[in-house]
Amino acid sequence: MLRFSCPVCGLRDETEFTYGGDATLVRPAHDDTNADHWHDYVFLRDNPRGAHREYWHHVQGCRQWLVVERDTLTHAIGLVALARESRP
Amino acid sequence: MTRLSTGGRIDRARPITLHFDGIKLAAYQGDTLASALLAHGVRIVNRSFKYHRPRGVFSAGVEEPNALVHLREGARGEPNTRATSIEAFDGLVSHSQSGWPSVRRDIGGLLGLFMRFMPAGFYYKTFIGPGRGTKAWMFFEHFIRKAASTAQPPMLDDPDSYEKVNAFCDTLVIGAGPAGLAAALAAGRSGARVILVDQDNALGGSLLDQPAGGAGDAWLQSVSDELHQLPNLRILTRTTAFGAYDGEVYGLIERVSDHLATPPEGQPRQRYWLVRARNAVLATGAIERPLVFGNNDLPGVMLASALRSYLNRYGVLCGQRVVLCTGNDSVYATACELASVGARVTVLDLRPTLPEALLAQAKAAGVAVRPGTAVVTAHGRRQIRGVSVATFDAVTGRTRGAASVLSCDVLGTSAGFTPTLHLWSQRGGRPVYDPQRLAFLPNTTAVPLMFCAGAALGEDGLHAAIANGFAQGAAACIAQNIGTLAPPALPSDGWRREALMPSAILAQTGDAAMPAFVDLQHDVKRSDIDLAHREGYVSVEHAKRYTTGGMATDQGKTSNVHILSRLAELRGTTLGDVGTTTFRPPYTPIAFGAIVGRELGPHFRPTRRSPMQDWHQAHGARFIDAGAWSRAWYYPQSGEDIRAAYLREAAHVRADVGIVDVSTLGKIAVQGPDAAEFLDRLYCNAFASLKVGRLRYGVMLRDDGFVFDDGTTARLGETEFLTSTTTANAGPVLARMEHLLQTAWRSMRVQVTSVSDQWGVIAVAGPKSRALLQTVCTVDLSAQALPNMAFVETQIGDVPVRVHRMSYSGELAYELYIPAGFAQEVWQILIDAGAKPYGTEAMGALRIEKGHVAGGELDGRTTLKDLALERLASRRKPFVGAVLRLRPKLEDLARPSLVGLEVLDRQTPLKSGALLFSGGKPISGHGDGYVTSTTWSPTLGGPIGLALLAYGQGRIGETIRCVDLLSGTNVACRVVAPCFVDPEGVRQNG
Ligand SMILES: [Zn+2]
Repeated sequence: MLRFSCPVCGLRDETEFTYGGDATLVRPAHDDTNADHWHDYVFLRDNPRGAHREYWHHVQGCRQWLVVERDTLTHAIGLVALARESRP
Repeated sequence: MTRLSTGGRIDRARPITLHFDGIKLAAYQGDTLASALLAHGVRIVNRSFKYHRPRGVFSAGVEEPNALVHLREGARGEPNTRATSIEAFDGLVSHSQSGWPSVRRDIGGLLGLFMRFMPAGFYYKTFIGPGRGTKAWMFFEHFIRKAASTAQPPMLDDPDSYEKVNAFCDTLVIGAGPAGLAAALAAGRSGARVILVDQDNALGGSLLDQPAGGAGDAWLQSVSDELHQLPNLRILTRTTAFGAYDGEVYGLIERVSDHLATPPEGQPRQRYWLVRARNAVLATGAIERPLVFGNNDLPGVMLASALRSYLNRYGVLCGQRVVLCTGNDSVYATACELASVGARVTVLDLRPTLPEALLAQAKAAGVAVRPGTAVVTAHGRRQIRGVSVATFDAVTGRTRGAASVLSCDVLGTSAGFTPTLHLWSQRGGRPVYDPQRLAFLPNTTAVPLMFCAGAALGEDGLHAAIANGFAQGAAACIAQNIGTLAPPALPSDGWRREALMPSAILAQTGDAAMPAFVDLQHDVKRSDIDLAHREGYVSVEHAKRYTTGGMATDQGKTSNVHILSRLAELRGTTLGDVGTTTFRPPYTPIAFGAIVGRELGPHFRPTRRSPMQDWHQAHGARFIDAGAWSRAWYYPQSGEDIRAAYLREAAHVRADVGIVDVSTLGKIAVQGPDAAEFLDRLYCNAFASLKVGRLRYGVMLRDDGFVFDDGTTARLGETEFLTSTTTANAGPVLARMEHLLQTAWRSMRVQVTSVSDQWGVIAVAGPKSRALLQTVCTVDLSAQALPNMAFVETQIGDVPVRVHRMSYSGELAYELYIPAGFAQEVWQILIDAGAKPYGTEAMGALRIEKGHVAGGELDGRTTLKDLALERLASRRKPFVGAVLRLRPKLEDLARPSLVGLEVLDRQTPLKSGALLFSGGKPISGHGDGYVTSTTWSPTLGGPIGLALLAYGQGRIGETIRCVDLLSGTNVACRVVAPCFVDPEGVRQNG
């Protein structure tokens, strides 16, 4: 079981969180009408081996979205930050 | 009888009786089922899995491959338990679980005669090969499984209870042998929070196999006393650490009551501990490897260390004429101790020359030693009677020359020890073969927060294990000033000194009638490994799966290294090149019940209840699960079935007035200066233009352009909205809002809060709904004062209520938003005023008649266009999903779109999921679409449905067939517009 140090709640079990996908993606501007931009954002994902940044939602805690550094190979957890405070 | 009159750690003051296959076994408290069986000379305990060969007790621990029995009877019956780890209790009942008519006279044993025709892959080759296909396999499999020696699980409910414990510690020490005790002491003295676990019922590990009352016991007592006095240290015995997981989380099973006949009142049978540790010390020791030779599965062929354990722990002498075969020093203490109680002991040592001290020690004890010899085959039919012995050639690693026969009644072998690294491997550690130490050892940096210690780390001998354990325990806690720990005054029996055992397989030239088993539990012979190699299974993972070696319930604890070493030999490479397979939890089999704990039946997950649940229950409602909710389904009157009840309820709504509990709807407060802009972005239709005091239906899409959810939003103020979602999507919609506000749209000044549980909601529907409401509240509800899609605040009784005028049924209707704690009071007022309750089944019938989409249609695969909702999509503003919803394929008219269906014969019910086919077309493939929702329409007096049909809106009036291949029905329907009742909306707008 993964465990995350939520900046609000402290070290908590994975079971309190839901996964929210790749946090390295940049969402197109809301009024962007370019279909290619949206296509890439919605459908294209890298599958990195090693360091990765991903969203986790502390859905049974403070309800903050977190950006978690996770190693996809070892599951080692690095920095955990509030999504609203991390670089977009 | 082979029970000695003295010695052992059993409690001779407490005699008990056990039962095995109807035989009474006199035993003592402190025995295991296996030691009791051996004390009675019961040799055949089981029949082997594939060839039904007789098998007896092989080991004295959890590694046991042979002595699997069915423990207890009835609902508490448990198959596949290892006799070697079953603690004896008075009245214990056990059965052999294979063999017919009995384990001693098993007709299936004849299969053994055909062994040469049943090599690895036999079943698959014979029953699945070309021309047979899987159908043949599915036919034969039933009989094959029946023929295999497998256990039967009980089919009754488990009468016992189980508990779960969440625990936290700094250091978890796994294993309470010499190294683990030392590690726990070092960590405990530092003040760290320590949990020490051991699968055994007492501390001590291998020290318990030393003679009772000796120096080992004195050391164990003093360490144990100190550990028990440490307030920061918790000791869990009878507890197996079975799984190591990410985040230094460990799964333990504590067998609270398995050593008793039944759990005491109020006590669980087992306890599942989920331990979150900062780090762990793995002091799990090592498991002895046997030698492999002809007939090595005969009852009486055992691990050498097991003979010592039965002697010193249980006072059981496993044989009078003992042969030990080894290539290391570890068996000499065993040999001397066996000789000291009167056994005639011969040691066959593969090494041509032996240390003088060792020979002298043996000679003094009366143990015969034959250097440079090895066992070739074992003899005997139902148990071992003797062994063939020949010269061992250290260069080739084989026996050679003529063999002589040596009679014996037990044979103990030792090919060395395999560090127990299962938990370390579960965390991704890959052990490396050390040719000096002849073992796979952990690379200590691979799993940073797991410190291996003692024999698990390859430390050789008692003193080294204790010193290393103490050091690892100190390292785990970064402990200082914790003193020292002296080892017991015992010889530090080295195992590996001058051992020469890369391959433990001796039977190179034995004929086929003398099979040599590498995996006893799955009946995998050396020749099976050879066959797998010849057939090209190069990878160890493939060879393992093909032969099934190492895949039985013992996970190959005594066999894996043999398989690897044979593969290495065949490939002409080293064990290091062959590598190992990965272990997965659990280390030893665990009961499902322990994992399930109390999450059973209604406690499987929390049940969400409406604030009006008590009323529904008190008035005979039948309930239906809707996600986590339990919802009132229908309210049967006397003699009514569900159909009669919901048709009555729905008809009453169309004709009069009904009320339904819709509190399960998701409700989200959207507040802040940018709330209107936020909803404008989220929903496909406009919300900024919504006036305060008004309601609007909205649909939101996903980024990929498919419909996500729908619901109605009330504008409570300039900067405050109350949004409702479908019951199922209440959580996901809120999470989505939070995600957007906290990531891409973080500059928006909006707060979203779930208020689903704060509001009870009652829908009041029917032509008389206004009249009824007007009798219970004072506010003007006239069409002019409160038009459709507007709300007003008022009081019903003493309760403040917001009245939303909106309709789901198509009738004149309202939804009352009531503070949850008062919802039932308002419900009762409405009932008293003459409203009749209706349940979700009637509500569903009404909405299908009205053509509203719900779960069947909002399945995540439909677009606005598919659902005929495209008119909602704003062309003047961007919204989530606006770009990708216009992808060309999604615009294709061939995509199934929403239609209604009327059954032509007005009789045959429709099935959701039925496929749609045009009249003349053959029924094959996926058809032109499918039925999404069905009901019996009280208004039309016949079955109707909603469906998604290709080119649907252009096919109104066509006759189509609804084919349900599961039930074999084929129903002719007319395609109609999806709204069956009042399409102009006269009623709801009146
Ligand atoms: Zn949190």
